[in-house]
Amino acid sequence: MTDPATKDDTQSITVEYELLHPPAKVWRALTDSKLVESWLMPNDLVPVVGHRFTFRARPIPGWDGICHCEVLEVKPNERLSYTWRGGSDELPHRSRLDTVVTWTLTPMVSGGTRLKLVHSGFKSSDAYAFEMMGNGWRGKIAERIAEVVAALA
Amino acid sequence: MTAREDAIFRALADPTRRAVFERLTLGEAAVKEITARFDVSQPAISQHLAALRKAGLVAERREGRNAYYRVNPAGLRPLVDWIEHYQAFWRDRIERLRTTLEEMEE
Repeated sequence: MTDPATKDDTQSITVEYELLHPPAKVWRALTDSKLVESWLMPNDLVPVVGHRFTFRARPIPGWDGICHCEVLEVKPNERLSYTWRGGSDELPHRSRLDTVVTWTLTPMVSGGTRLKLVHSGFKSSDAYAFEMMGNGWRGKIAERIAEVVAALA
Repeated sequence: MTAREDAIFRALADPTRRAVFERLTLGEAAVKEITARFDVSQPAISQHLAALRKAGLVAERREGRNAYYRVNPAGLRPLVDWIEHYQAFWRDRIERLRTTLEEMEE
């Protein structure tokens, strides 16, 4: 499957965990909106391809706290993926996160689940750093720096 | 905090240096131009620029007797390392997922 967020020069994070619970149960925890809220963030996720939803976090300097998502792939008990984007659909994505989160569930002989998370599409850090210079981020970086400097004092 | 981050914070802890850095985010500038903008002596401005350069935040180029400074785009990277941020974020969230799984009915 073509990953829409894949471009040259992107990086991804991979995290793998072995869970003691069966795939069907882990799947529920990944796809039931209320359950997802308990460990991730408030959301209106529905495991249907094409469904658009948001994750809502507390805003911090440089991020309004809203993650815009669209479900890309649903294979019950096996694979779930959605886009994970900063900014709204009206704003250009160039200076924001434009990534994909993919969960893969593999049953283990023990009855548990090997859960793999891949979060891909991070542009090179230089791209972010440079884009921080424009697009109204200068003030936000300054705020963040001021916060940290105050904490150091 | 890494030595690099520490150097960045120390460089930016001074309000004049922060203001000089912000000015450079608008584009390259000659030392003279920067000095004219702030109510600070040229030697002081040069010291501030040296501190910013040492922290990897700005770069210098010379043209004859004039020195020009510009922001180094990768300089703030340690502060805005999204990858590191998200790695820590997901590790933390999956631990919370474990708790949710424990609390769910079979």
